[in-house]
Amino acid sequence: MSAVTIDNLWKSYGDRPVLERIALEVETGAFCTLVGPSGCGKTTFLRMLLSQERPTRGHILVDDKPLPPEPGPDRGVVFQRYSVFPHLTVLQNVVLGLEFRHAPLLGRLFGAARRRALEEAERWVEAVGLARSRDAYPAQLSGGMQQRLAIAQALILKPRLLLLDEPFGALDPGIRADMHVLIRRLWQEEGMTVFMVTHDIREAFGLGTRVLAFDKVRHDPQAPDAYGATITYDLPGRTPGSEADALIPVHYRRRLEQSAA
Amino acid sequence: MRRLINRRPARATGIYLAALPFVLLIAAYLAGSAARLAENPNDKLLPAFDTIGDAIWRMAAMEDVRSGDILLWVDTAASLERLLTGLMVAGLVGLAFGITIGLIPLVRATLSPFVGMLSMIPPLAVLPILFIVFGLGELSKVMLIVIGITPFLIRELAGRTAELPGEQLIKAQTLGAGTWQIIARVVLPQIMPRLIGALRLALGPAWLFLIAAEAIAATDGLGYRIFLVRRYLAMDIILPYVAWITFLAFMLDWLLGKLSAKAYAWTHTG
Repeated sequence: MSAVTIDNLWKSYGDRPVLERIALEVETGAFCTLVGPSGCGKTTFLRMLLSQERPTRGHILVDDKPLPPEPGPDRGVVFQRYSVFPHLTVLQNVVLGLEFRHAPLLGRLFGAARRRALEEAERWVEAVGLARSRDAYPAQLSGGMQQRLAIAQALILKPRLLLLDEPFGALDPGIRADMHVLIRRLWQEEGMTVFMVTHDIREAFGLGTRVLAFDKVRHDPQAPDAYGATITYDLPGRTPGSEADALIPVHYRRRLEQSAA
Repeated sequence: MRRLINRRPARATGIYLAALPFVLLIAAYLAGSAARLAENPNDKLLPAFDTIGDAIWRMAAMEDVRSGDILLWVDTAASLERLLTGLMVAGLVGLAFGITIGLIPLVRATLSPFVGMLSMIPPLAVLPILFIVFGLGELSKVMLIVIGITPFLIRELAGRTAELPGEQLIKAQTLGAGTWQIIARVVLPQIMPRLIGALRLALGPAWLFLIAAEAIAATDGLGYRIFLVRRYLAMDIILPYVAWITFLAFMLDWLLGKLSAKAYAWTHTG
């Protein structure tokens, strides 16, 4: 069984192709990291998995069924910014998904149902290490804490796919390492399939079970926008730095580093 | 010598500086009033403070000979009722249309150009129409306020709604929210403090429309009174009335600010 199947996917804006000939089979429970130079379409790819954008050609199948046309609770997401709601406290942010699920009319729970939902939310708040800030508003949290909150908020509905769009890109290196430990633990506990876009190739190899590198393979020097990017390298992750170096060609690594700088 | 932009007043100095224009204004008035009264003791243009004090006493503490009402309070109650009704109706309409126009593309496509056109109609130009359609009663005055400020509120709130980060709406959908749930739990709570801010900005125009409507057709109200006593050059009544209107407007603005800070603490943290 395969969690995500993609066959010959294309995406263009107007007559400018962004992605072309994407073919991919991802097994359930994989942790895929998506790397590539700026503007290579890795975020566009993630948006298509989210149904925020539609492919121009081709289909995405999840568990052999076509992807729903809108974002939904089957796929959780954490963006680099704006992932949490500024008008809700930590606990309210986390419980929100349960309230949406169980209270279609008001989006608000009362009485015993509310208590049960809050208990579950508290467990998630604890799981991401925010118990002491449960009543704080996001503006009072540091960047790393906000991302912890966004992760708890997304995971409380137990999505089968978790989509991460450079979730740790704005964090300090030390905080980032903590977040890596957290996200790996949650991924192992929940057994969901993860797609994570990152700029950082060490993060990609350190976290992912599978590293998907995006790049353009066809170039027309007269028309740099004539061709889209595709998945150029599909490598096993969870490999120590030196072995990863051997897997990924020097020229590609150099382009990534230039683009990140 | 430090640069001017780096020189900040100490707390006490700041209070003196803030009081300075008020003191200067009062001093200039007193000087002008004394000079005119010295020349003509019956001068009505710049009445002395004790004359104004008598007029305030007459209006605020003594019953009117003809009606038996204490005029200042009757006028204040009538004006505030019109103003607050107008603000409330305009706020509700502005909220409903602003959020739907800002959030729902089909509504935006349908109504956005229309509201843009409506907001260009000078409200005072439709006042005759309001008098013809709604008569000379309370409704036409409230309607002038509503018509005057609602288009502004709609455009402001639609803009604020559209400014909400797209990530938030996507995130809410991944948490399973439908359109209505998104409005109720994501958009409305974030737009409410914006509504209060927009209402504070609309207070000035709302008072303008209120006084204009009262000046033209009313039997009570703060605007009615000052336009009535203008016939007798009763500056001793007009000046305190203007000061009173200013004070009411200032208090409304202050109360709305307090309400926003208390009810929507999250916009004021961090």
